[in-house]
Amino acid sequence: MAEELSACERRPWVEATETPFVRIKGITKMFGDLAAVDDVSLDIYRGELFCLLGGSGCGKSTLLRMLAGFETPTAGTIEIDGQDMAGVAANLRPTNMMFQSYALFPHMSVEKNVAYGLLREGVPKPEAMQRTADMLSMVKLDGFANRKPHQLSGGQQQRVALARSLIKQPKLLLLDEPLGALDKKLREETQFELIRIQEDLGVTFIVVTHDQEEAMTLSTRIGVMDAGKIVQVGEPREIYETPNSKYVADFIGSVNIFDGEVDVAAPDLMRVNTAEGAIVCEPMAGLTAKQKLHIAVRPERMQLSRTPIEAANTMRGMVMEVAYMGNLSVYRVQLPGGQCLKVTAANGLHDENPITWDEEVHIGWSAAASTVLVK
Amino acid sequence: MSNSKLARRFVIAVPNIWLILFFMIPFLVVLKISLAEPRIAIPPYSPLWEWVNGEIKFNINFENYAYMWEDTLYINAYLSSIKIAAISTLLTLLIGYPMAHYIARSPEPKRSILLLLVILPFWTSFLLRVYAWIGILKTKGILNAVLLWAGIIDEPLIIMQTDIAVYIGIVYTYLPFLILPLYANLVKLDDTLLEASRDLGASRISSFFRITLPLSMPGIIAGCMLVFIPVLGEYVIPALLGGPDTLMIGKVLWTEYFGNRDWPVASAVAIVMLIIMLIPIMVLRRAQSKGAEI
Amino acid sequence: MKLRFTPIMAFLGFVFLYGPIFSLVIYSFNKSKLVTVWGGWSTKWYGELFANEQIMDAAWLSLKIGVTSASVATVFGTMMAMVLVRFKKVRGRGLMGGMITGPLVMPDVIIGLSLLLLFVSMQSLIGWPAGRGLTTILIAHITFNMAFVTVVVQSRLSDMDDSIEEAALDLGASPTRVFFDITLPMITPALISGWLLAFTLSLDDLVISSFVSGPGATTLPMVIFSKVRLGVSPDINALASLIVLVVSVGIVISAILMRKKPK
Repeated sequence: MAEELSACERRPWVEATETPFVRIKGITKMFGDLAAVDDVSLDIYRGELFCLLGGSGCGKSTLLRMLAGFETPTAGTIEIDGQDMAGVAANLRPTNMMFQSYALFPHMSVEKNVAYGLLREGVPKPEAMQRTADMLSMVKLDGFANRKPHQLSGGQQQRVALARSLIKQPKLLLLDEPLGALDKKLREETQFELIRIQEDLGVTFIVVTHDQEEAMTLSTRIGVMDAGKIVQVGEPREIYETPNSKYVADFIGSVNIFDGEVDVAAPDLMRVNTAEGAIVCEPMAGLTAKQKLHIAVRPERMQLSRTPIEAANTMRGMVMEVAYMGNLSVYRVQLPGGQCLKVTAANGLHDENPITWDEEVHIGWSAAASTVLVK
Repeated sequence: MSNSKLARRFVIAVPNIWLILFFMIPFLVVLKISLAEPRIAIPPYSPLWEWVNGEIKFNINFENYAYMWEDTLYINAYLSSIKIAAISTLLTLLIGYPMAHYIARSPEPKRSILLLLVILPFWTSFLLRVYAWIGILKTKGILNAVLLWAGIIDEPLIIMQTDIAVYIGIVYTYLPFLILPLYANLVKLDDTLLEASRDLGASRISSFFRITLPLSMPGIIAGCMLVFIPVLGEYVIPALLGGPDTLMIGKVLWTEYFGNRDWPVASAVAIVMLIIMLIPIMVLRRAQSKGAEI
Repeated sequence: MKLRFTPIMAFLGFVFLYGPIFSLVIYSFNKSKLVTVWGGWSTKWYGELFANEQIMDAAWLSLKIGVTSASVATVFGTMMAMVLVRFKKVRGRGLMGGMITGPLVMPDVIIGLSLLLLFVSMQSLIGWPAGRGLTTILIAHITFNMAFVTVVVQSRLSDMDDSIEEAALDLGASPTRVFFDITLPMITPALISGWLLAFTLSLDDLVISSFVSGPGATTLPMVIFSKVRLGVSPDINALASLIVLVVSVGIVISAILMRKKPK
């Protein structure tokens, strides 16, 4: 049965086999003359964990707040589970939200915070209390029911906020930077916790985050936003491996970007001239000679050696800086044309004589590692 | 849903209707009466318009304003009010600034206690605190008794019923109004700025004049305006501590209404007073919005 | 020398602030009626104070006006603050903000005169309010008090994280419900200080009450004013000392309550 497969197994977005659960059509939000969200259209499927990723002020939070009903769109429509949300007040929507600040009610105990939504729905008190107790044990907070929020640690507060937003079993859970306030270690633990809960309950999650690593770990799909627009939507691997623009390549992970123009664009050879020399890429349709574009190469896709390298692309340079990161080292290599490259190399166990400052090195990478970015 | 919309309208309407009815409209009434003629009747002024044979007849006259211009009492009262307000604001600043500075620079438990001590007198009756000065300042009062006993003076000082007593009363009453905004400003001043200035070779005094004072300007302006504006219209202090020569416009308005029962002139006095006050009120609002930016 | 300047000034400032208050308290126990003569300790002025019916009646009236006007002003002021801070889509909020700061900066003589003239005009137009007294004083006090309450509540509301109210809305509470479940409990401290401020201002007001009151409605400040215009009167010293006592006890109690509150 299709229902039992999780969204990342079904992958309904590949071939539109399902009706989208959330349909965002041409949504725009103006604040004065400024378009915080600019003509965004997006389909999100049942059971997805969709990440809206972008820098601060890109409009991702505004989009989330429009889904929750806290902001009214200037134009466009939002449908959730086939129902148009226009004119539906926030308190009547089938969504719940987990706030960045957690927004716990400071004057209520943990138990009352979590039970609040059920009691407003008219659930009888004994049942509401039972469900609250179950939910608290699911987020591992049994025994904290009578504490006030300010008596909890940041991680505990975060779990209360999650429990409170899940208690009504919303069809759609909106999470605004859910892990933003936690320290790194706790954040990593909680990420997996979040995935577990999401899969157990089968709720659709839309998560807003500025942390690309978090987006990579959590999501079935990522929507990258910039200046109010969605610039790319895709699975994490797709976004990382084949970014569709310089912005996305730069935003997701670290990358070396060469500006250049097409030299040869034949079916069997694709070559681009840059300030650092010609770069060979995988052949690609739709490009013409002299066209200006960018080549992106991930640092871990480059090889670094004292001796010449056999590869489609090779360059020589001088090591300017070495940053030892434990499992790997990051090298900054100055090329003759003036550009600085970032290259990562895994550290061997007994590397007696590692490459170091002021050494002349060879760099090489394959044609497949050079991603062509037209935008 | 329409329920909550109704509640919303109710919440907007109630306080606003109240304010329009009992704050805005009264000013229009004052304006109207300032343009009427006084007469001996109830109410003691002429109507602004009358229906005469089915036609509306306006009786607008500016005589009350002309009268204020001709009789030097009013102009002198305005000028004297401005003078008294300016001098007492300056005195309050001279006393209040060191206090605010000292409180803002104090370590925490002490700071809160001192701040509380500044606010505390405000909660006791203003009238009684002004009254306390009568016992201190009058010819046979505490101050003269102490000074005579100490041999500093041979004859009692005449302070009561002079402008000096009014200044003392005003500074005393309005000191907290100046200290609080100034304190709020000074407490935000970053210590490291002063350390940086000292580190760069400035003396303590020059650091104060070049760093602290300019940065506390919004607080100074807000504090001074919070003293200057209400003092302009002050009635109680000149009435209790001042003498017959103490001329302040609040007192003139009071006498015009309660003594002479001349409502149109009292209204004209109030309108001119409002116009004079618009300038410092605008200065205050600017200082407050500037203070919010910092 | 430079070092000692501000502490000395601050010390003198506090002596200046508290000297007169202490002098009132000390002389309220002076047997002699004269300020300069110490006739020994006595509590007879307190006895005279409580025996003075005029003062007692006025005090009772002032308390009634204070409690009523502070309570109504707290309700109205809270509504106004909600409109100014939370109702973001309401047009004319700038105008409302200007209107509410009016009573804060207007001199008492102008507020008093303008309200009086309004009442007189209303009486001749619609016959209400019939004469002046308790009702007109109440209206006047509510008007200026609500401005002060608005300012206090407004600053508390704007310090509050909006998303706490949004969270309640998101969990299915209606806007009205959100106000009573979340907003109200969270702004209670501001409501209390707003109420106390309004109550104090009401008890203290002389000028506005004098304009809008009529025969038969004499508030405590009006009685005090008419007595002290004629010079020092020891039973007023006793009254002042009682007020100082009540205020000090109140402050101490609130300080203890604040300490107990965890934060």
